Amino acid sequence: MATDVRKGASPLLYAFLILLVVLALGPILMMLLTSMKQKVDIIGDTSALFFLPTLDNYETVLCDLLWYEPDHIRSCDPTFGRALGNSLWIATISTGLTLLLGTMAAYAIVRFRFIGRGTVSLTTLMMRMVPPAVLLVPVFGIWNFDFCFGDECLAGTYSGVILLYTAMNLPFVIWILQSFIKQVPMQLEEAAKMDGANAFQTFFLVVLPVIKPGLAAAAIFTYRIAWNEFILANALLDRGTRTVPVTLVNSLTEHNVDWGVIMATGMLLAIPPIIFTFVASRQIITGMTAGAVKG
Amino acid sequence: MAVNVNRLTPYAFLAPAAAVMLVALLYPIGYMIYASFLDWNPSQRIGQAEWVGLRNYANLWSDPNFRESFSVTLIFAAIVVSLEMLLGVGLALLLDRKIRGMSALRTVFILPMMIAPIVVGLMWRYMYHPSVGLFNRTLNDWGLPGIPWLSDPAWALPSVIIADVWQWTPFIFILALAALQSLPQSVMEASRIDGATGWQQIVYIKLPLMMPVLFIAALLRLIDAFKVLEVILVMTNGGPGLSTEIVALRISRTVSEFRELGVAAAMSNYLLLLLLVLTIGMFLFNKAAERREERLRHAAEDAYAEENA
Repeated sequence: MATDVRKGASPLLYAFLILLVVLALGPILMMLLTSMKQKVDIIGDTSALFFLPTLDNYETVLCDLLWYEPDHIRSCDPTFGRALGNSLWIATISTGLTLLLGTMAAYAIVRFRFIGRGTVSLTTLMMRMVPPAVLLVPVFGIWNFDFCFGDECLAGTYSGVILLYTAMNLPFVIWILQSFIKQVPMQLEEAAKMDGANAFQTFFLVVLPVIKPGLAAAAIFTYRIAWNEFILANALLDRGTRTVPVTLVNSLTEHNVDWGVIMATGMLLAIPPIIFTFVASRQIITGMTAGAVKG
Repeated sequence: MAVNVNRLTPYAFLAPAAAVMLVALLYPIGYMIYASFLDWNPSQRIGQAEWVGLRNYANLWSDPNFRESFSVTLIFAAIVVSLEMLLGVGLALLLDRKIRGMSALRTVFILPMMIAPIVVGLMWRYMYHPSVGLFNRTLNDWGLPGIPWLSDPAWALPSVIIADVWQWTPFIFILALAALQSLPQSVMEASRIDGATGWQQIVYIKLPLMMPVLFIAALLRLIDAFKVLEVILVMTNGGPGLSTEIVALRISRTVSEFRELGVAAAMSNYLLLLLLVLTIGMFLFNKAAERREERLRHAAEDAYAEENA
């Protein structure tokens, strides 16, 4: 007998589904279309869909990175090229660090009984509540005046922001990975121990490979936060180390917004998360549901 | 010796993460609590700032602007979470069937959550734009007057709420759908054989069984609703007036525009306290509900046992 009693879908439902997809994708497509419009097409009365697509806006944004010189650009603004490099560097390093430290901590919390285990996992959970805006004041003070080595302070440096992002992402990563590590069969680890592996070898050679899907999910979530974050990056980074979100907001001056160029920048900022989503949607969904559904 | 090493192993695994969180998360929070008792501006070192005791807290408490922004935050969070729960759970119940391409659909739904909040704000700001935006263009094409989406205090908050609902309803939807699909099929089958209609199944079986997951989903969403900042910053920057100035935004403006770090720290503390109270409150409520259910079940079981004795 069929165990699945769920019903199939009717044509009406499919129409509804299409509507949902349009709603979800609409604003993103809107951004994509606008980023390929000339200024005239944006302001003018032409219809939203029919226009001559152009890559001019992308050329304007990426001018510093191009191997040729587009003739519509009078002076090239290198801000975005630099910011892109900064963003990539900061997000990648902080994701790597967070994963390494996070998996180790999650492993300790799940597998070992030790004094203060309850406190550690409760503190971790509580830290998830802290809104980034709350960190604004202390981080400004500490990074500017406290964490200094000689004349060099952490504010404005890559390491300063990387340290902050790592700390911000750790609670979430530990929380997600716990539920994955719990599912690793104890026998596997015991077998490794019997073969003479110490705790660190067991962890790196046996546990880590098994929880790869969890790691992928955690990596995507961390990368997303580090890549997208604005408010703290804005407070900490200086002209040379600014990330893409900061430059994007800076270019949004009240008057005379060049929507085409801004949408092209926004699109470029959105591309990595979009790629992640299409490549690893299953891992993302597992990560999202992990802590909540399986408990 | 070996025993000693074993006992230290968990701490060795924990130490690096703990050190980073201690230095860059717990210490800043302690620092902020200290700073909230100071009259401190960004050009001073913290040691030069004057100790003012509870003055920042007292001033904020009687500051109508802060109260306004506090209530805007609460209204925003309450409406956003209720709407998203309603829509997300509703959609999950509706779409919990054998649908071809469901995984593609879920992928599409995740997109709004993955994109940078800055970009989400940007897209919506453009669509709400009074002259080039999609909404007013469409309205004008239909011969209707445009709506001052972001420039009218009465419209700004709803507009911001719509953007947040667009971005985060999928989160609830995905959690609710996962919960639905992990329900035991045997229970559904049994209820169907007993003649339960679709609605009865939803109200008496599905929703109660989904409750634990829905609770966590609502709690996570609520906590995140207080973290929302960038979307609103890009769309309205808190305006017009104070109509969309949530506390997180006010903190950032107090730092950068009014340059009063002590006041901003006190504000941050108020926000943290609020979050703490809400989280603990929801947990207690959940515990109480669970206990009540347990009692009811015991009572039912006892009655059943007596009947059959």
